[in-house]
Amino acid sequence: MAILELDDNAADGAEVADRRLAVRGELTIANIAEANDRLRSIAPAGKSLAIDIGGVDLIDTAGAFVIHRVLRDWKAAGVATRLENATGDAERLIAEVAANDIPVPCRPERRNSGLERLERIGEALYHASHNVGNFLAFLGQTLAVLAQTLIGRRQLRWNSVIHQCEAIGVNALGIVGLLLFLVGMVLAQQGAVQLRQFGAEVFVVNLIGRATMRELGILLTAIMVAGRSASAFAAQIGSMKLNQEVDALETIGMSPIEVLVIPRVIAMSAMLLMLGFFGSMMAVLGGGLFCWVSLDIPPVTFLTRLQEVTPLSDMVIGLIKAPVFGIIIAMMGCYQGMQVTGNAESVGRRTTQAVVESIFAVIVLDAFFAVFFSALGFN
Amino acid sequence: MAADRLSPILPDTADVVIAVRGLVTGFGQQIVHQGLDLDVQRGEILGVVGGSGTGKSVLMRAIIGLNEVRAGSIKVFGSETNTLDDAAAKDLRRRWGVLFQEGALFSSLTVAENIELPMREFLNLPQALMDELAAYKVSMVGLPAAAGPKFPSELSGGMKKRAGLARALALDPLLLFLDEPTAGLDPISAAAFDTLIKVLKQTLGLTVFLITHDLDTLNAICDRVAVLADQRVLAVGTIPELLDFDHPWVQEYFAGPRGRAANGDGGRAANGDGGRAADSDGGRAANSDGGAAGNNGEGNTVSELGVA
Repeated sequence: MAILELDDNAADGAEVADRRLAVRGELTIANIAEANDRLRSIAPAGKSLAIDIGGVDLIDTAGAFVIHRVLRDWKAAGVATRLENATGDAERLIAEVAANDIPVPCRPERRNSGLERLERIGEALYHASHNVGNFLAFLGQTLAVLAQTLIGRRQLRWNSVIHQCEAIGVNALGIVGLLLFLVGMVLAQQGAVQLRQFGAEVFVVNLIGRATMRELGILLTAIMVAGRSASAFAAQIGSMKLNQEVDALETIGMSPIEVLVIPRVIAMSAMLLMLGFFGSMMAVLGGGLFCWVSLDIPPVTFLTRLQEVTPLSDMVIGLIKAPVFGIIIAMMGCYQGMQVTGNAESVGRRTTQAVVESIFAVIVLDAFFAVFFSALGFN
Repeated sequence: MAADRLSPILPDTADVVIAVRGLVTGFGQQIVHQGLDLDVQRGEILGVVGGSGTGKSVLMRAIIGLNEVRAGSIKVFGSETNTLDDAAAKDLRRRWGVLFQEGALFSSLTVAENIELPMREFLNLPQALMDELAAYKVSMVGLPAAAGPKFPSELSGGMKKRAGLARALALDPLLLFLDEPTAGLDPISAAAFDTLIKVLKQTLGLTVFLITHDLDTLNAICDRVAVLADQRVLAVGTIPELLDFDHPWVQEYFAGPRGRAANGDGGRAANGDGGRAADSDGGRAANSDGGAAGNNGEGNTVSELGVA
């Protein structure tokens, strides 16, 4: 607790020329707020000011600063100031603070908020277009290396491909299977509720067969894999980039695209094909189980009907999309990983971006495919 | 006598800030410290050295309560750190500042806001006063005024460390923990940082627990040096005392080519009673022809360092 007394030596209220400020107690940062308020409230006046800090038991730089500020402000107002009864330590602290009293801005300057917003929009647009350009360049590079690998001019790293297949495909079997199984059941249940109104519950089989084979199976699998593996790619390659491992590869003479990207792209397109098929089957299984348990459609009837109403083209159309989705997801993940610069925060941001953009791309591509195959007459 | 003086335990008469007794720490199967004792006296700069993996950082983290302790007692300012209740622990934390190796600045806050954070957390100060306090702290650790509104990502490694030091000093602590403050700095910045710590210690009356690999730092600013080896503190003493200590690692460390070079070949007493001997002419052989930053004599103030 610090006690401040401004002693005006004034008995009769006359203007006092020589003023005296006595400070006692502890002048440390823990109780500086009060002293700060008091000192700020005293306006400079008179001819001279003496600050007596002889009664201060404890002073730190914060205390020294508020004392210094009074001395500084009063001096600036034309009052002669002096310090009295200061111990050596206190005097040294105040001198130290005085020497370091320079104006330091604490926050970046705020400008016109409208302009700032415009600037941010412009920046976002610029970055988006830049990003598209960069991605196209990356796509081209990767396709070129892929082509070289396919015709045997570059070696394919089988170890890496197989390892990635395990990480992307085998390890995802459980989650993809469960997800699609549940989706199949939900689809059957919701379909049954609607179709029951027409007494056409048996058409649930058509719904499950066509929807999952052609669209949902592969789409949901791709979204799941994008969430699982695109993020993993971005984070793995991103941290390698931060760690300068990518630079090291380059200096040793190994192409990062050949070593890191191609195996992932190949593994991803192969695995997504298989996972997509597996997912579709699980959805059919879930739907079939629901039909059997809840709608009393026995499995044999379900399968026969499924065969009748689902053309082979549905499955082909579904599976044809899988490798394309796979390539896009893998490339988006790898691309974002390669874009990591600076710090760990960038890895997080790029990982998020990889997931969001690859899911977005998958859905957009799927829409294109739907229109395309319809136009070709596959209904 | 010599063995007594190099004991990590100070006599009862000493004014001890940190007292560690019988400390045991470890990770899983691996034991890092086994029965470690160490005393840090008020107002001294204690350098902690040891080979890689001897647990220097683990010791610091155990003292400040970031690592779990398996056995033993750690007293800081006389209170046992691992039996404190929340309020007392918070109060204790107010009284020390920690500088992590890379500065550990909060990346979403500017330098000035980083310095204000502890004040905001512990004290109810008006914003204007916090800005003023942060401003002189920025200047005091030798950062240019332009660094105040910058974000950590815009700073160089040396500036990050200075900003980290300013944040560690935000609440005017009595005790300062520094984890390799000069690692990764160029020799000129490192020397300036050494002098900064020394001057701050003298001006603010700090006690400093300093982990370092930098022999120049040890010679320049440490009052005593603690050697960590064999899972405990082997010896604590001034460098000349440690030079006489008969242990292969200690000999290799201080009497090896780098140790001799940093010590100015003659084994000049770097840690005299006045604590300023290291600033004498040959003190920093590594910097002797560059005009070592620590040679400003008596007029050595923090502000002068600010421009160094």
